[in-house]
Amino acid sequence: MARFLINRLLQSAVLLFGVSIVGFALMHLAPGGPLAIYTLNPTVTAQDIERIKVLFGLDQPVYVQYFKWAGGLVSGNWGYSFFGGQQVREIVLDRLPATFLLMGTSLALALVIGVAIGTLAAVRRNSVFDYATAIGAMIALSLPTFWFGLLAIFFFAQTLGWFPAGGMVSIGDGSLLDRLHHLVLPVVVLALVLVAQWSRYTRSSMIDILDQDFVRTARAKGISPSRVLVNHGLRAALVPLVALAGLQLPLLVGGALVTETVFSWPGMGLLFISVLSTRDYPVLMAILMVGAVVVVLGNLLADIVVALVDPRVKLHDE
Amino acid sequence: MTGEASTPLLKVENLLVAFGRAKAVDGISFDVAPGEMLGLVGESGCGKSTTALALMRLLRDAEIGGTAHLNGVELLGLDEAAMRARRGADVAMIFQDPGTALHPMIRVGDQIVEALTAHLNISRREARKRAIDLLRKVGIAAPEERFSVYPHEMSGGMCQRVVIAMAMACAPRLLLADEPTTALDVTVQAQILELLQGLVREEGMGVILITHDLGVVAGMTDRVAVMYAGAIVEMAATEELFATPLHPYTHGLLRSIPQLDSGWDEPVPTIPGSVQGAELQTGCRFAPRCAKASDACRTPPALREIGENHFVSCWNTP
Amino acid sequence: MTSEAVLDIQAAAPPRRTSAFRRLLRHRLALLALIVLAVLVIGSAGAPWLAPHDPEELDIANRYAPPLSEGHILGSDDLGRDVLTRLMYAGQISLSVGIAAMLVTVIVGFSVGAFAAYYGGWIGTILMRLTDIMLCFPSVFLLLFVAAFVTPSLASMALMIGLTCWMEIARIVYSQILVLKSADFIAAARMIGTPSWRIILRQILPNTLAPVLVAATLNTANAILLESYISFLGYGIQPPEASWGNMLTNAQSDFQVDPWLAVFPGLAITLAVTSFNFLGDGLRDALDPRIRDK
Repeated sequence: MARFLINRLLQSAVLLFGVSIVGFALMHLAPGGPLAIYTLNPTVTAQDIERIKVLFGLDQPVYVQYFKWAGGLVSGNWGYSFFGGQQVREIVLDRLPATFLLMGTSLALALVIGVAIGTLAAVRRNSVFDYATAIGAMIALSLPTFWFGLLAIFFFAQTLGWFPAGGMVSIGDGSLLDRLHHLVLPVVVLALVLVAQWSRYTRSSMIDILDQDFVRTARAKGISPSRVLVNHGLRAALVPLVALAGLQLPLLVGGALVTETVFSWPGMGLLFISVLSTRDYPVLMAILMVGAVVVVLGNLLADIVVALVDPRVKLHDE
Repeated sequence: MTGEASTPLLKVENLLVAFGRAKAVDGISFDVAPGEMLGLVGESGCGKSTTALALMRLLRDAEIGGTAHLNGVELLGLDEAAMRARRGADVAMIFQDPGTALHPMIRVGDQIVEALTAHLNISRREARKRAIDLLRKVGIAAPEERFSVYPHEMSGGMCQRVVIAMAMACAPRLLLADEPTTALDVTVQAQILELLQGLVREEGMGVILITHDLGVVAGMTDRVAVMYAGAIVEMAATEELFATPLHPYTHGLLRSIPQLDSGWDEPVPTIPGSVQGAELQTGCRFAPRCAKASDACRTPPALREIGENHFVSCWNTP
Repeated sequence: MTSEAVLDIQAAAPPRRTSAFRRLLRHRLALLALIVLAVLVIGSAGAPWLAPHDPEELDIANRYAPPLSEGHILGSDDLGRDVLTRLMYAGQISLSVGIAAMLVTVIVGFSVGAFAAYYGGWIGTILMRLTDIMLCFPSVFLLLFVAAFVTPSLASMALMIGLTCWMEIARIVYSQILVLKSADFIAAARMIGTPSWRIILRQILPNTLAPVLVAATLNTANAILLESYISFLGYGIQPPEASWGNMLTNAQSDFQVDPWLAVFPGLAITLAVTSFNFLGDGLRDALDPRIRDK
């Protein structure tokens, strides 16, 4: 187990190194580079630009810039916002809990519902329920999240008034109930796609497993069908799904961004969109990198969970 | 020990298994006396495994007809809950491939415990103790340690011993062994067969041994039923069958066993043609591959008693 | 036994093309999707001839006309432009971006995957690591980041979406070719002296194309979704040129005045994306020989 962990940690580190290089390259390849906001501004003179270059260290060789930048990322010095000069780390990390709350709640909800639907569809293969959920999932996966969010706001917030149209808390009210009330619509919108994915994945994984010999062995023992399904079927079917959850993380993070912008949910995604128009490089880069790090670490976590629940993975140890 | 004197343990009459329009088993009848071992022999696809699974009621999407009385209880007429109470307790099954028959993520000991607690009202500690006893009984050294091992950490032969222990757990009256040694190394095959024979004698249970290997049948069983294309074509005491095979198919099977004293370059005799599509035949199903086929073979022959307890279904036998 | 083996070999023979197409047609949902797509394509491509109005034609007297109004079957927008007409012209943009982006993903993904699998070694390792790295970035972030710095046009949108979504195809091609390189039937073909160009043409290419075709169809769906979102936010296709996405830019405020304005473009996106997804699903079933008999 220890060796497996170290191995996976090293792989993640290599991946993060690569991610940082791609991110850095992206920043410098973008037209205008990090200084676009200044070079395109007619009131900023050429001398000013030179001064700013020195200030940001942009006059130094590329690799020096990279190591300074990457070193800063690691040590927590993520630079300062072009506007207002606030610490980027503070701006971004302030928004992280809201994003995690939205993603975590949606994922948890989607897991429960998606796995239940998928399992039922696998057990009742080719039934009306199976076909209906298959078509439903396909449509849910095809709905533009932002449009679905807008419709949800229109119906459930503006027309029916059941839920607030956006934000995380009402002004002057910070109670748990108020927060939950705000959470409902964005979570449902983000979870819809996830439920669709998970029900599909669970179904196909369960069908594979239910055809396995060991499920027949379990039935031959005379244990109850629910025990066969959960203790033997799901236990095996969920392992590939955990790994898949890791691979689906970029979609989850991306979906959270879209959902946040529609519901004015004060997370990283909303921040990203709001600074996009001002091209506030340091903030954009930080969010991009945090997003990638969340994905890498999420994958690492998924692999560790798989190793913990699946005894076969430990084989590498010996 | 032919089962005629006492009431049979298992009495199968007119068993019919159909998948859609294809009849995998077409009205076979046989019985097994207490303590008797019946060999069920035939090529792959002749319906012998299907027969066992039908008796266990483990087939999905199959229509089953006929009756099967186990100790006077009609298995095929039981509702699912009542059948579940029989599985593992009164009738147990050993599967072909021990590599896939055990759940890969559950410790082997716990899999045996589950077979015990499904039918016996005993504490977990008692179940654990019995599981260890069972492991010892099937010849696994250091059973206390092996209890908490996962299937992939054991050899195929060891896994099959665990599967046997699981089947024996509740001392069933009838054991269905479906090609228990086919997936194992030749050297291990003999050990497993020996173990099986010993246990069966000790417990006095009735056994149906399903195999395509006449060599296995010869050394183990009291009686043999030869199946072809879903029907029993010949049934007799083992010695009788080997000494005076009557059905042309049995002849063919016996001739196709490679002989040690034949030259290495002599081809092993085979039966020309294939079993495929035989169930669509109107007359004798073996006729298309039979050297002795005549006009009489256009009407299906019934199984009739020719010698004492020697049954055959062929028009061309005396 | 021998005859059984013969039958097995026949069963393993690769499925014929025509039967794959027929299987696709048998897949009812995929067939429906194909029809819907045909309607969408004809409606968009034929917009100059079929559309009831000019897309830029203003009808100030009839602003916010509801659906089924006279002269405006699907109503009119805030400037009195005909919604149906704009949907048809927007379809040209949105579908073109989707398909062009898909082509980019196929070209880039196929090149990276095939190159990595064929050459292997450190080049292969680097290429596939790059694929892994790119997969770590949520593509919406990456896309918006780039979109904010690029002057939007049909070509740039397609290129950007394509360049952020090729990784899946690269992985498919890579693993397919690796598997094929060691597959028994390739070895068998080599052994009986089949020339390698023939192996590549007859065995490797068809076997790789099927999963790539499926992924490409699904990528088209995804690209349409991405384009609509980017344009919705204002970083994509710029008005007055219409795309399904930018027709929704004012959707939130439109709700108060005329909810229908927010409904139809979204429906068009959903219809197109759902159709591509169902088509991809049908293709998967039709092309995968393993699930042929189910």
